[in-house]
Amino acid sequence: MDSRKGFHQSLEELQREILKMGVLVEEAIYLGVKSLANLDVQMAQNVIDGDRKINDLMVDVESACLRLLALQQPMASDLRVIGTAMKIVTDLERIGDHAVDIAKTTLRLSGDKLLKPLVDTPRMADLAKEMLRDALNAYVSHDVTVAEQLAKKDDVVDGLYKHIFNELQGMMEENSAHVKQGIMLLIVCQHLERIADHATNIGEWVIYMVSGDRKDLNV
Amino acid sequence: MTSAIATKDKIRAQGLSLFYGDNQALFDINLEMPEGSITAFIGPSGCGKSTLLRTLNRMNDLIPNVTINGEVLVDGENIYAPDTDVVNLRKNVGMVFQRPNPFPMSIYDNIAYGPRIHGIRKKRDLDEIVERSLQQAALWDEVKDRLGKSAMGLSGGQQQRLCIARLLAVDPQVLLMDEPTSALDPISTLKVEELTQELKSKYTIIIVTHNMQQAARISDTTAFFLNGVMVEHGVTDKLFTNPTDQRTEDYITGRFG
Repeated sequence: MDSRKGFHQSLEELQREILKMGVLVEEAIYLGVKSLANLDVQMAQNVIDGDRKINDLMVDVESACLRLLALQQPMASDLRVIGTAMKIVTDLERIGDHAVDIAKTTLRLSGDKLLKPLVDTPRMADLAKEMLRDALNAYVSHDVTVAEQLAKKDDVVDGLYKHIFNELQGMMEENSAHVKQGIMLLIVCQHLERIADHATNIGEWVIYMVSGDRKDLNV
Repeated sequence: MTSAIATKDKIRAQGLSLFYGDNQALFDINLEMPEGSITAFIGPSGCGKSTLLRTLNRMNDLIPNVTINGEVLVDGENIYAPDTDVVNLRKNVGMVFQRPNPFPMSIYDNIAYGPRIHGIRKKRDLDEIVERSLQQAALWDEVKDRLGKSAMGLSGGQQQRLCIARLLAVDPQVLLMDEPTSALDPISTLKVEELTQELKSKYTIIIVTHNMQQAARISDTTAFFLNGVMVEHGVTDKLFTNPTDQRTEDYITGRFG
């Protein structure tokens, strides 16, 4: 019998809010990169405007966590669920900010022509998005194995980043007129690389939530 | 932050079982309580935690039909050995109860009572003990101007600290506390909790509490009991954030009971 049913329902509610946030963030990554590939200013603006909702959700979850800490004095796994929620929403919010920065690049490049059609960048975005989805799946299903696998995927993202870096470097060396856009696209990739790191962080928190162990997946 | 745990055991229960008639209340308890630290016993009502506490200074001797197997070692000596001086044991291992129980006499005489029994007669010596004990119990400033007044006029929280001062007056080594704040208001509770932190460097403290947050706040190690069995014993930080046993997890998160 659960003698703290209301409290435990509040913990489930936290999880639902985090998932809601996760869906919005995932969409922001997708649309941010798509707006860049298509140089679609309206789509980019939607991503920027939508960030507010993500930030609001973070504040809601943080407030709920602090309220539960103050009023319910959680222990053991309950405590870890709340601590994890507070950390995960920070990572999600940062991912949202990176998506916004990517969308802002679209605005800066509006009117320009891309140096070349983006192929690897959307691939990197897909991988980062996939990592985020895995991290959230691991969170919902309390699956340490899925969380641990994020380390490998992060390595793939890092590899792609290096590849794009070299490619853009070559283009910039070839033609100095490419430098401005080259740097912007490089920064976009840096954002994607950071997104993958945040997804890995979420995985680390899932491991902590489930097992109580702290593990560094980003080595 | 990990609590520092002293390594030397002050008290150790070894293969300890206790029966009330035919009913077994404690099952083969093996537990070390380190010197200079606070050990908390937690668990639901009837789990045996108070029973175990009372075995540590033989308070169960007073209950008929109690059988105890195993040993309780204080500084390596089995207190259940036939030649144990029980009066001396209870001087060394004192107990604070759930409800403060001051004697119906003056504040001064409450404190001086124990030392007098143990042969201290000189007023100057007694004055010194009374002041030192009340200072240690963080009560001196509140009562120094009315030492001759009845202890019964003190508030509940003050009475409980008086009872702690009364124990300290006979210079014990171990303080057993049986839910010492359950009858106190929140501020008095915090004062007693604060006091335990000040006392633990000098005394080994073992506390039974129904208040898990209290155990988490003040103790260095915690033992969880269920139906007379010690389910888990470990560093308090760990036990309350990531217990090893599922039964402990279920209890402290309120998932049973």
